[in-house]
Amino acid sequence: MLKKIVILLFVTCFACFNTVFAAESGGMPQLNPEFWISQIFWLIITFGILFIILTKVILPKISDNLETRKSQILENIETADKQKEESQKKIDEYEKIILDSKLKAKSYFNEAREKILDDINKKRAALERDLDEEISEVEKELSDLKNKSGEKINKIAAETSAELIKELIGEEVNSSSIAAIVEDQSKINKERKDV
Amino acid sequence: MASNPMYQFNVYRIGPEIKLGSVDISFTNASLFMVISSLAILIIFNLGAKKKTLIPDKLQLLSELSYSFVAKMISDTAGSKAKPYFSFIFSLFMFVLFCNMFGMIPYAFTVTSHIIVTFVLAAFIFIGVTIIGFMKHGLGYLKLFVPSGVPMVLLPLIVVIEIISYLSRPISLSVRLFANMMAGHTMMKVFGGFVISLGIVGGWLPLSFSVALTGLEILVAFLQAYVFAILTCIYLNDALNLHH
Repeated sequence: MLKKIVILLFVTCFACFNTVFAAESGGMPQLNPEFWISQIFWLIITFGILFIILTKVILPKISDNLETRKSQILENIETADKQKEESQKKIDEYEKIILDSKLKAKSYFNEAREKILDDINKKRAALERDLDEEISEVEKELSDLKNKSGEKINKIAAETSAELIKELIGEEVNSSSIAAIVEDQSKINKERKDV
Repeated sequence: MASNPMYQFNVYRIGPEIKLGSVDISFTNASLFMVISSLAILIIFNLGAKKKTLIPDKLQLLSELSYSFVAKMISDTAGSKAKPYFSFIFSLFMFVLFCNMFGMIPYAFTVTSHIIVTFVLAAFIFIGVTIIGFMKHGLGYLKLFVPSGVPMVLLPLIVVIEIISYLSRPISLSVRLFANMMAGHTMMKVFGGFVISLGIVGGWLPLSFSVALTGLEILVAFLQAYVFAILTCIYLNDALNLHH
């Protein structure tokens, strides 16, 4: 089968080339000068018109388009850069504001604390002074009371002694001597207590 | 006659015979496809350039990509001095590319498969580049034929070779494009003929070949337009920046 096809191919090739070369005797149409001038003429006209229209009308438009696109892109990049810078500035400002407000808050806090501490100290001092005053007053009263109580006790002792003696002996004793004795006794007692 | 692979290159008159004096400048199928290619370029790029949106649509993107593609090709090969010639090289590249691509449509005529068309383009480029070179550097442009760092003994030989290679530029430039297009289209026609003659039994092999060749030819169509444009840039570079 394959052999048959190959042989057939060769035969037809041969046949074809035969016809080709038979036709070739007429020569290549390219070398027939009959229409050379016409081809040159029309080539110059068509190519000339094409060249002129492309040069004068179309290519400047395309180049314009490309240029405007290029400049547009550059412009856009520029504005983008500018906006980026602006946003960076805004961010810096914002951060500064935050920092400032933080510092302010801190100072407010410190002020308030100091105020409160001052207040507390003042109040405490006043309170302490009041307390001291009261304590000293009470102490004074106490010491007064102590001093007075000794005299009163002596007086009571003297009177009681006088009454007692009167009841026992039925005689009135000089109250001043009794008071002196009581005084001495109380002094001795006091000394004993102190010792 | 239609099975003749060279038949597709025939030029024939469309419409009446137009004579300018004794010269025949009739409108032919070749002229028709030149007009179609030019119109297609103009329509596509005009639509692409008309809307000025920041985010391009498909046609605008296409035109802008082609613009930057050619601009990059020129600045890479010929430097910034070649900027004034941008529109010519752009037109040239687009014209050759569109002519090649329209030739890929079945039953279409390939303008660039004719040596006279490619030769006129190449000769125009050659003459233009030579004029630019002499205008920029005066007679100093002749230094192009004397490469630096060549021993004195070899110099006469090298200069002759350089001159021959310089003078053969238009021929090599035009023949490269013309031969590529003609060979490709002839091949496709021959393989297409094989499909018919081998029929349903053996026709599949040349058919698959034909399909593959179509892809290859589209690649070649683009590549040859690119090569044509980039060689123009290189010649221009020689004329503008004279250092060999």
